[in-house]
Amino acid sequence: MTTLMISPNRAAGRAPSGWLRFAAPQQFYPLAGRLAPWFAALAAVLTLIGLYIGFFLAPTDFQQGEVYRVIFIHVPAAWMSMLIYLAMAFWSALGLVLNTRLSFIMSQALAPTGAMFCFVALWTGALWGKPTWGTYWVWDARLTSQLLLLFLYFGFIALTRVIEDPRRADRAGAIVALVGAVNVPIIYFSVQWWNTLHQGASVSLTKAPSMAGIMLAGMLVMALAAWMYSIAVALWRVRALILERERHTEWVGEVLQIEAAGARGGR
Amino acid sequence: MLNCFLAILRRDLLLSWRGRADLLVTLAFFVIVVCLFPFGVGAEPNQLRAIAPGVLWVAALLASLLALHRLFAQDHADGTLEQLLLSSEPAVLWVLAKIAAFWLTTGLPLVLAAPLLALLFDLEQGALPVLTLSLALGTPILALLGAVGAALTLGVRGGGMLLALLVLPLYVPVLIFGAGAVDAQLAGTGAAAHLLLLGGGLAAALALAPWACAAALRIAME
Repeated sequence: MTTLMISPNRAAGRAPSGWLRFAAPQQFYPLAGRLAPWFAALAAVLTLIGLYIGFFLAPTDFQQGEVYRVIFIHVPAAWMSMLIYLAMAFWSALGLVLNTRLSFIMSQALAPTGAMFCFVALWTGALWGKPTWGTYWVWDARLTSQLLLLFLYFGFIALTRVIEDPRRADRAGAIVALVGAVNVPIIYFSVQWWNTLHQGASVSLTKAPSMAGIMLAGMLVMALAAWMYSIAVALWRVRALILERERHTEWVGEVLQIEAAGARGGR
Repeated sequence: MLNCFLAILRRDLLLSWRGRADLLVTLAFFVIVVCLFPFGVGAEPNQLRAIAPGVLWVAALLASLLALHRLFAQDHADGTLEQLLLSSEPAVLWVLAKIAAFWLTTGLPLVLAAPLLALLFDLEQGALPVLTLSLALGTPILALLGAVGAALTLGVRGGGMLLALLVLPLYVPVLIFGAGAVDAQLAGTGAAAHLLLLGGGLAAALALAPWACAAALRIAME
C-alpha cells in the first residue's frame, strides 16, 4: 500500500518514485529495451544446454526409445501455454483494478507467445502420438483442453485486434482473459471426469513412467529457457505496442530519432 | 429493486412476443439441425440412439448461439442501453432480467422441444427426463456466458463470428456435462453427478456472469 500513497508526487506533476514509476509506458520502454536482450541471451544459452542434455546426455527410454525426446520441447511448451494465460489474466485483473495502461499492454503482448506455445504443444504432441500411440489425435482430456486453450487465445487476440478504440479493446480483452481463466480449470477437470465415465482413453500423460534424473533436468532447463524466451519476446512486443499507442507523443518522436541515430552510428 | 427486475423482464418478454418470428427461427434452426444428422451419418437406429444426446445438445448450443447477438443489439441501436446504464438502478439487476427474458424466449422452447426430437432418435424413455433436466440446467448457463460475449462484441465489426469464437470454448464444459448426464443415464451409472455439476455451474454463472456482463456493457458504451 505504501507504494500507492504517492499521490502528492503525482499531483505535483512529478513521476512516482521507486519501481512503480515503470508503470508509465514512457519509463518502461527503455527498461524493456535494456532487459530484453539479456533474457533473450539467457534463453539461447539455456536452450543450448537443455537440448544438449536432452539429445546427448539423456539415455534412451526403455519403453519409447528415442521418440520420447520430444518431451524436452513438448512439456515446457504445454506448461508455458497454461502459465501465460494465467499471467494474462493476472495483468488484466491488475489493469482493471489499478487502471494502469501498461498492464493491458502486457497481457496483449503475452497472448501471441501463449498461442504459439499452445500450438507447439499440440503439434509436438501429435508428432509424438503417432509413433507411440499409433494416432496423431485422440479425444483425450489433455489434448482437448489444450485445443480449447488455443481457441481461448484466438478469441482474446481476435477481440483485442478487432476493436479499434484501444481503451475499449484493453478492457474487453481483460474481461475475456478473466472469464477464460475461470474456465481453464473447469475445462481441465470436467474433461477428466468425462473421461473416467466414458471408457478411458488409452492415453494419459499423468501416468508417464517415472523419469530418470537427467531427463527431468533437461526438461526443467528447457522449461526455464521457455520462460526466458517468453519474457524476452513479450518485452519486445510491449515496446512495439507502446510505440504504436504513444506515437502521437513527443517522447516517442525523440526516442525514435535517438534510435535511428544510434543505428546509423553503429554501422 | 424487484420492480426494476420485473419491469425489464416484462418489457423484454413483451418485445420478443411482438417479434415472435425471431423466436420461431431459433426453434426451427434447432429442429432442422437435429433432423440433418440422420441424413449425414446414416439412419442406422443403433447409431442414432448412440449419438442422440450429443446431437441434441450441440444443436441446442448452436441454436442459442444463433440468437445471442439479438440480446443487446436492439437496445444498443435505439439508445435504450445507454439510458439503462445511466439510470440509478444497479446494472447487474436489469442485465440479469434481460438474460432471464432471453432464456425464457430462446432457451426454454429448446428445452421443451428436445424430448420430442429425442423420440425421433429412438432415445430410451428413461433418458428423456434426464435430457430435459440437463437442458433446463444447462441452457441458462449458455445464456449467461453468452451474454458476456454478446456484450463484449456489441457494435464490433464482424461481431457475430467473433462472438462464436469467444463463446464456444466456454460452452464446452456445459456440453460435456449436459450430454454426459444423458450418456451416464443410458449407461446405467446414474446422471446425478453430472446434473449436480451442471447445477453448480449454473449457480456460479448466476453469481459471476451478470457482473462481467454489466462491466462489458459499460466498456462497450464508453
